[in-house]
Amino acid sequence: MCLGVPGRIQDIDDSAALRTGTVDFGGTRREVCLAYVPEAEVGDHVIVHVGFALCVIDEVEAARTWALLEEIAALDDELGASP
Amino acid sequence: MKYLDEYHDDQVARALLHRIEATVTRPWTIMEVCGGQTHTIVREGIDQLLPDAVELVHGPGCPVCVTPLSVIDHALELARRPEVTLCSFGDMLRVPGSSDDLLRARAAGADVRIVYSPLDAVRIAAEEPDRTVVFFAVGFETTAPANATAVRQARDLGLTNFCALIAHVLVPPAMMAILTSPANRVQAFLGPGHVCTVMGWADYTPIASGCRVPVVITGFELVDLLEGILAAVTQLEEGRHEVENHYARAARPDGNPGARQVVEEVFEPCDRAWRGIGVLPSSGLRLRPAFAAFDAARRFPRTGPETREHELCIAGAILQGRAKPDDCAAFGSLCTPEHPLGAPMVSSEGACAAYFAAGRPARQGGDPPV
Amino acid sequence: MSCPLPLPAGDVILLAHGSGGRLSAQLIAELFVPRFADRELALLGDAAVLDLPEPAGEPGRMAFTTDAFVVSPAVFPGADIGSLAVFGTVNDLAMVGARPLALTAAFVLEEGLAMTELASIVDSMAAAARQAGIRIVAGDTKVVERGAADGLFVVTSGVGLIPAGRCLGPALIEPGDAVIVSGPIGSHGVAVMSRRAGVAFDTDVVSDSAPLTELMEAMVAAGDVHALRDATRGGVATVLNELAATAALSMTVDERAFPMLDGVRSGCAVLGLDPLYVANEGVCVAVVAASDVDAIVAAARSAPYGAGATVVGAVAHGEPGVHLRTALGATRPLLVLTGDQLPRIC
Repeated sequence: MCLGVPGRIQDIDDSAALRTGTVDFGGTRREVCLAYVPEAEVGDHVIVHVGFALCVIDEVEAARTWALLEEIAALDDELGASP
Repeated sequence: MKYLDEYHDDQVARALLHRIEATVTRPWTIMEVCGGQTHTIVREGIDQLLPDAVELVHGPGCPVCVTPLSVIDHALELARRPEVTLCSFGDMLRVPGSSDDLLRARAAGADVRIVYSPLDAVRIAAEEPDRTVVFFAVGFETTAPANATAVRQARDLGLTNFCALIAHVLVPPAMMAILTSPANRVQAFLGPGHVCTVMGWADYTPIASGCRVPVVITGFELVDLLEGILAAVTQLEEGRHEVENHYARAARPDGNPGARQVVEEVFEPCDRAWRGIGVLPSSGLRLRPAFAAFDAARRFPRTGPETREHELCIAGAILQGRAKPDDCAAFGSLCTPEHPLGAPMVSSEGACAAYFAAGRPARQGGDPPV
Repeated sequence: MSCPLPLPAGDVILLAHGSGGRLSAQLIAELFVPRFADRELALLGDAAVLDLPEPAGEPGRMAFTTDAFVVSPAVFPGADIGSLAVFGTVNDLAMVGARPLALTAAFVLEEGLAMTELASIVDSMAAAARQAGIRIVAGDTKVVERGAADGLFVVTSGVGLIPAGRCLGPALIEPGDAVIVSGPIGSHGVAVMSRRAGVAFDTDVVSDSAPLTELMEAMVAAGDVHALRDATRGGVATVLNELAATAALSMTVDERAFPMLDGVRSGCAVLGLDPLYVANEGVCVAVVAASDVDAIVAAARSAPYGAGATVVGAVAHGEPGVHLRTALGATRPLLVLTGDQLPRIC
């Protein structure tokens, strides 16, 4: 459920009743409602579901998790784990 | 695509798989709640790659599958009205009602249009004032803020030709129904990542401690699923039962307050019938009285005959994890994507459709499900 | 090349344009004939009469195909229904090893279609025909009431010549053959969808609609090509299934091997679609002898529209069907869809 796709905010329009912006998903761009990410700025990455940004991706948390995952991968490499 | 491609890293995925193998010492049954998670599991073959001791059962996290049959029939009734333009997410178009589906209704002349966002439906209403737009508002908590915003926007624009047929469902009551069922085998949950992005996870703490089940909030990509499964298995092996967030890049403890606020403003909880499961108290959302003018069910009450599910369909047991699609006598024979008997064979997230797409054969013989 | 040819009087197609009377004649003479610029077409006989080329040695064989084009919207990034119709017909001929000779085009026009839109599409067809080296030698025009056609439909038939001794087809596929895809997948479908009301989005992707005759010639010259099929509706997954079913053999392909543009990957991600089922108009699947695969891929990559040619899998003995190997080495059957993929939120 809940197909949510990450994309980068390219521009923001605060003029209308609902805050909107263009989000670039990597060669695909769409207008997205940014009403629920008031803190988001151009350049931020958001998760988009049915044309609405649900959150700003926490880059610090993502990096932290990724570091842990890379540790697991490195350990796996060292152990030369069986296929 | 940043924040997507890296979660398909097969080296990391393989390492997580090995770690799971090394952690497991006895059999465990884990349920992933979201249909999107089921989709990834089946598409990547995760359930085939996991050690035999870890069994994944697919949960009811597919709003398409659990939207009550009577609501589908109501949508069909509305779509057939000549003045109505029925706007819907693509997922709903092939879901069978008692005798028809929206795609066939469109072929017969109904004005049924696919939209990507609920705001597209509002735009259609604004641009075509001579049409009455009915937006088929399904979804879990993830979609509720968007649907609520659409209704509120229609009100703010003063539209009189827009209304919504609401069929919202909530995850925690479904999880409780599964856990309290006497035939329950689920020992841990992979929690709904995007639902928690909106709602936070306060609702899941009492479930974890009260029912003594780990709830690991999990994302939707290959690495996310394996990370979540590893965390669940680790808790199970260590005898812990806590809520753990493994979708840290998106889900936060109190979710998205602004999104929850618009849901609060427009919707209120209500009892809701789940297709195949039955009525669960306070498990759905309906429009508040202030927005009654936008309620399609009030504007166009149902007049059709009683709804009836196909007698062979065991969707209920499947959605609660008590049976697998290949347990069903009709799976792959009478019930296929071409002529589905129930919703899980239609939705791309439905367990039956996922099994069929992965080529799982119908089981020969075996005990019928409880 | 585009000449400012005058359009027939009036700015929309009327029912009278299809009645066979004066307005019909005017439409044909003023809009179609000058743009297609073919001497046989200009004769406006009941049928086109074509000289067959003298065979150099053994006579070859004729290839004959037909296609209907109903794409909506009629114009989309990278192509339109006209160029699609020409290249689609040329490619059907190319897939059986034929060099294109001539095609016919029948138009079913909706009353109210703008004359400028029709002219633009006809120009596009003429340009495509010149590029592909095929003549447009005969045509027909009918007009239907408003609402009975979506703008316009185009139905073609095409004829080509297969050199003596050249034989392609799924019956020739053998266990051990390599499976090649000629370029990035899913571009056409994403380009068309980006213009569809309700799910429209802005994309870098343009339709990959292109003539594959030279690509076919390059591959066939480089080695032992057993079968070719162009992947149109239903995507590469559908075509792989067709080949495997007809050959009654098993095919296994690697999910990560299929090339695709970033815009296809992201467009499909946003709408929840699987690129393997998304339409193409300039991509073909080639099943070739394993011993020649490197030479054939190299030749494809040097040919027009083959720069992205990649090996994606292989054929083996086994239950007829296609299997997909995932990143972690799990395999699952790759089935054919019931109908069109629909965008999903779930």
